[in-house]
Amino acid sequence: MWLSNSSIGRKVVMSVTGIALVLFLTFHMAMNCVALFSGEAYNMVCEFLGANWYALVATLALAALFVIHIIYAFWLTMQNRAARGSERYAVNARPKNVEWASQNMLVLGIIVILGLALHFANFWYKMQFAEIIGNPMMGGLHAADGYGYIMQTFSNPVLFVLYIVWLAALWFHLTHGFWSAMQTLGWNNTIWINRWKCVSNVYSTIIVLGFALVAVVFFVKNLC
Amino acid sequence: MDKNISFTLKVWRQNGPKEKGHFDTFQMKDIPGDTSFLEMLDILNEQLIEEGKEPIVFDHDCREGICGMCSLYINGHPHGPATGATTCQIYMRRFKDGDVITVEPWRSAGFPVIKDLMVDRSAYDKIMQAGGFISIRTGAPQDANAILIPKPVADEAMDAASCIGCGACVAACKNGSAMLFVSAKVSQLNLLPQGKPEALRRAKAMLSKMDELGFGNCTNTRACEAECPKCVSISNIARLNRDFIKAKLKD
Repeated sequence: MWLSNSSIGRKVVMSVTGIALVLFLTFHMAMNCVALFSGEAYNMVCEFLGANWYALVATLALAALFVIHIIYAFWLTMQNRAARGSERYAVNARPKNVEWASQNMLVLGIIVILGLALHFANFWYKMQFAEIIGNPMMGGLHAADGYGYIMQTFSNPVLFVLYIVWLAALWFHLTHGFWSAMQTLGWNNTIWINRWKCVSNVYSTIIVLGFALVAVVFFVKNLC
Repeated sequence: MDKNISFTLKVWRQNGPKEKGHFDTFQMKDIPGDTSFLEMLDILNEQLIEEGKEPIVFDHDCREGICGMCSLYINGHPHGPATGATTCQIYMRRFKDGDVITVEPWRSAGFPVIKDLMVDRSAYDKIMQAGGFISIRTGAPQDANAILIPKPVADEAMDAASCIGCGACVAACKNGSAMLFVSAKVSQLNLLPQGKPEALRRAKAMLSKMDELGFGNCTNTRACEAECPKCVSISNIARLNRDFIKAKLKD
């Protein structure tokens, strides 16, 4: 199977899953922003998703995307370290046009996973998971009271800072990941590379700012 | 006239592919600025031979930047600090008096060290043998205008063909990937009408040879194109990806 036994095939898997995850982030960010306007509307979104069959199917598909992306990331990194050889250079210099993020995608990815684990504990466990096991009041509030959980989470300044760090790592990860995926899929040349880089930067910034805005607004709401 | 400089040279010494290597330090005195980097190593080797010591082994041939034999990873850059130049085209005037200059071989599993600074780059020949040629009979040379090729396409093919196969892309890549070389060699043929009929087969054959020889997976850091002495662009890598994916979807 060329998607596992050729280098371009493995990268195609990374690209396709990566782009799918970027789409997921877009929807997630859009839904979060509902909470900025109306708590009621946001809780309706939470109700609509919850543990309904379509939400569960989507969650499973999403989990599969994450798992594939992560497994391939470790696999590729292991192969790449082996290809580098056993001796390391004594002196290293990063050329000007090489982004820092591009050389640290695995580290950034690991920060994103750690953030995700925290995020699951703060929200998913008390919301979707609580509904799945049929104990909607498990987290203290009702499982579909997403608004309440956002308020609760960002009342804690430590969590707020951790979320911002998480989002910063995500931003670096996306700015390289987006255009890199297009390059791997072959949709690139000397003209498009600048376009894609611009699109990557703008798009990642919009997504991360959307998420960060919700965190900041609710942190401030808790202060007032 | 350039000024003379004195500096410390740290050079990687390694007796064979399986031996443990180490750095030797040399004090270089009053080297004229218009000495090329390789001439500076020649001066050092003459001194070493006079002292009855083993000279430093390094690859070189044409010394005018076209053969692709010279290598050397100087102060963290393949082919030294200049852009768009090979090691043999670097002059000592680029360095300052009192500098410490560290010289290492290409380090990659695909390019094992033969001795000191010389590495075995025959992996590139094997990749070329896998598909870097045209196997159809093209007959006697035709009139120049018989096959029309748009100028931008001809230019792109020529830019790809400027790759001298020195291996700096692999040396620069944190993943030890040879994608810039392979993509340039695929592109120089796949762009032109003579290379088109075998384009997809070529992309598949050369890429799987590269994978087989233990080179890494490209993660688009662009270090290769920054360090390439011929400034070959990663748009060639995009073209190789495109051709390879097309070939696999057709299968």
